[in-house]
Amino acid sequence: MYGRGLKPLSIASVAALVGAFALVFFYAPEDVDQGFIQKIFYLHVPLALVALGGFVTGGVYGVKHLRSGSREHDMKSYVAIHLSIILGVATLATGMIWAKASWGAWWVWDEPTLVAFLIVFLLYACYQPLRFAIEDPDRQMRYAAVFAVIAGAFVPICFMSVRFAQAALVHPRVLDQTGGGMPGSMFFTFLVALAGMTLLFVTLWKFELSSKSARMQLAALRRRLS
Amino acid sequence: MALPLAAAAGAYVAGAYLVFLALILAYVAIMASKLARVERELTELTEMAERREPDREREPV
Repeated sequence: MYGRGLKPLSIASVAALVGAFALVFFYAPEDVDQGFIQKIFYLHVPLALVALGGFVTGGVYGVKHLRSGSREHDMKSYVAIHLSIILGVATLATGMIWAKASWGAWWVWDEPTLVAFLIVFLLYACYQPLRFAIEDPDRQMRYAAVFAVIAGAFVPICFMSVRFAQAALVHPRVLDQTGGGMPGSMFFTFLVALAGMTLLFVTLWKFELSSKSARMQLAALRRRLS
Repeated sequence: MALPLAAAAGAYVAGAYLVFLALILAYVAIMASKLARVERELTELTEMAERREPDREREPV
């Protein structure tokens, strides 16, 4: 059921990501301040945005599950959060590499953007242990949905609070009215990279949902045959 | 245009992109092992169903 359209989606994801990385290295100009190091931006920022979007998606499906009690919505919420945690790991790793290269330190504790993302990541790192600590499947789905909704609401709050922070921000702002002050070619490359990362997320989300659905059907078949 | 991958900046950029690639590959490898398990279970269930079929055929109508 979830496997429908997976092949064209996979091809589109690969094409978009390969196209984006080609634009990054052969089209987008080098940043005047940071030089070649700034190329990490085209990977790090889409990863962060898609991870945060995935957390919010998990919350949306959490609401749907609480309203309908449907197992399908719970599974969609779980997989979105699971994938976002993986993208979160990649965001933190690429961010640390970028920080080391441009600031000379792997981590800067007084930078609100970094700490806010870490808080969100650590919050979601509790999701799976909490979920699998509950044995009853109905309670597990309900509690996980409540967690997903509350944590999902926390994501935009956290994002906005960083915007309003009074601290001297070192971390660049991309999503502002000036597009981070980037020239058109850089912003276009960023948008293609963001589209590629979003497509990758949707592809992996459908892929994992399809795999989970197959395993559940197999378990049901085993119960019927034994 | 040659990419400055040998320079310090190039090493950091290559490192960041390789981390991403490694994570995606690790994810795909885990999913592949799960798919192999599904295939094994499916084979097992098919054999179980085939063993049941002759028994059902022998049952008096």
